[in-house]
Amino acid sequence: MARFQPRHLLAAVAVTLIVAAFVAPPGGDDPGGPAAFFAFCDAQFSSWFGILAVFAFLLGGVSLVGTHLRRVLLRERDWTYSIVTLVSFLGVLVVGLAKLGGAPGLQGDPFAPDAWLTKVFDGVLSPLHATLYSLLAFYVASASYRAFRARSLETSVLLGSALVVLVGRIPSADRLTAWLPADMAFLRLEALSLWLLKVPNTAGQRAIMIGVALGVVSLAVRMIAGVERGKGGLE
Amino acid sequence: MSPGLALLAAVTAALLLLIGRAIVLARRGAPVEVRPLAPVAAVADAIDSAVAAGRPVFFVPGSRDLDNMQTVAALSLLEQVARLCAEKGARLHVPVNRSMVMQMARSTCRAAFEAAGRGHAWRDDQVDYISDDPLGFVARVDGLVERERPGACFYFGFFASESLLLAEGGRHVGAVQVAGTASPVQLPFFVSSCDETLMGEELFAAGAKLSGDAALLGSLRGQDLGKRLAVALIVAGVALASLAQAGWAPAAAAWRVVSGLLAEV
Repeated sequence: MARFQPRHLLAAVAVTLIVAAFVAPPGGDDPGGPAAFFAFCDAQFSSWFGILAVFAFLLGGVSLVGTHLRRVLLRERDWTYSIVTLVSFLGVLVVGLAKLGGAPGLQGDPFAPDAWLTKVFDGVLSPLHATLYSLLAFYVASASYRAFRARSLETSVLLGSALVVLVGRIPSADRLTAWLPADMAFLRLEALSLWLLKVPNTAGQRAIMIGVALGVVSLAVRMIAGVERGKGGLE
Repeated sequence: MSPGLALLAAVTAALLLLIGRAIVLARRGAPVEVRPLAPVAAVADAIDSAVAAGRPVFFVPGSRDLDNMQTVAALSLLEQVARLCAEKGARLHVPVNRSMVMQMARSTCRAAFEAAGRGHAWRDDQVDYISDDPLGFVARVDGLVERERPGACFYFGFFASESLLLAEGGRHVGAVQVAGTASPVQLPFFVSSCDETLMGEELFAAGAKLSGDAALLGSLRGQDLGKRLAVALIVAGVALASLAQAGWAPAAAAWRVVSGLLAEV
């Protein structure tokens, strides 16, 4: 008899969830009989994933503290950054667990308006997010410059399409080509821009999504069949 | 089960059978030809250039958890990248932003290094859990890239706005970059900032292609057969809808049935 391995559990759960998607689709009526079992599994497995993720988060926290503590103790390269990480991590952890400034107890909201955790998020994390996110504007500009250089026929077509879409989406775009007669209205910038977005762009995206869906099914079959058994220590 | 769901179940069963049969045939020795994928070839070249320059290799397995199939595909690729790094003597660094991905990535890399006979060269802290917060994660990875100046950066899996922030960081230090995602919105950013990019389904095929395993390559053959089935269904649907619109009564009746079934799904 074959020895039980984690991949057998993976295959059983995957097959159960696939069957559940058809016999007890989400949002449908309460199924009876065997279908109720699959509906139960569908609901419970998602909850169990959440519970596992919480325990795994503890592992992540322990790993983070261990890694940075070692860097500080051994004075490894850039160890001063590790002090910042440790102080921030432990500080926010204490503030959040003790619910400082907010309603105490298990039922107390850690994100109450007066809670220190809220102040940390609003006063420190949000500005840091905004700062990092603002870099995207410069990165998009430099990436666009590289992508839109007309070096070949393909990049020239890309450049032309991008210009039409960009100009076609600005508020005053309709004035630029308003002189075109009604029977040539499809050549107006706003119409061309919309056509590029709705037809070639949608067609390309759908082609990618169909390929992705088939790729996902293929990967799922490989995992259920145990062909990918070496991945992630499932052997 | 409604008729629409039954139709979907039949198509899904056909796909599963096609892929399963292709795997079985490949295991029995049937030849499988897979077209060359430039990004896959670029992975080994990028590791070579990093080793030659004495710089580390960075691998980012997306920004989602294990319940995302792109993350699973990325871990499949990580196994092959770790094997190549072990064989070529490259220093691999895997920053992750999910604890469960960290655990899986560690066991995957450890197994790959041990299989290559270089288990002693692997340390679990080479897989570095950083933060679940996407922008915090990006800030740390970009900082690491700036300080450690990797020779090769790989970004595989699901990415949101992190894609450009990460790829431009790697580009800034002159790393050879290969990316892959099934997220159409992020593909243009990777294409413009990386040397090679796996697009859509190629992400799910690259691990199989890199491993050279017959059964895995067989699944790609099944995937292609599934694509032919999808194309046949699309062509049939377009023909049926066109004939129905042209006023041919039998086609119109058939189209009403088909569109009714699709509306149920």
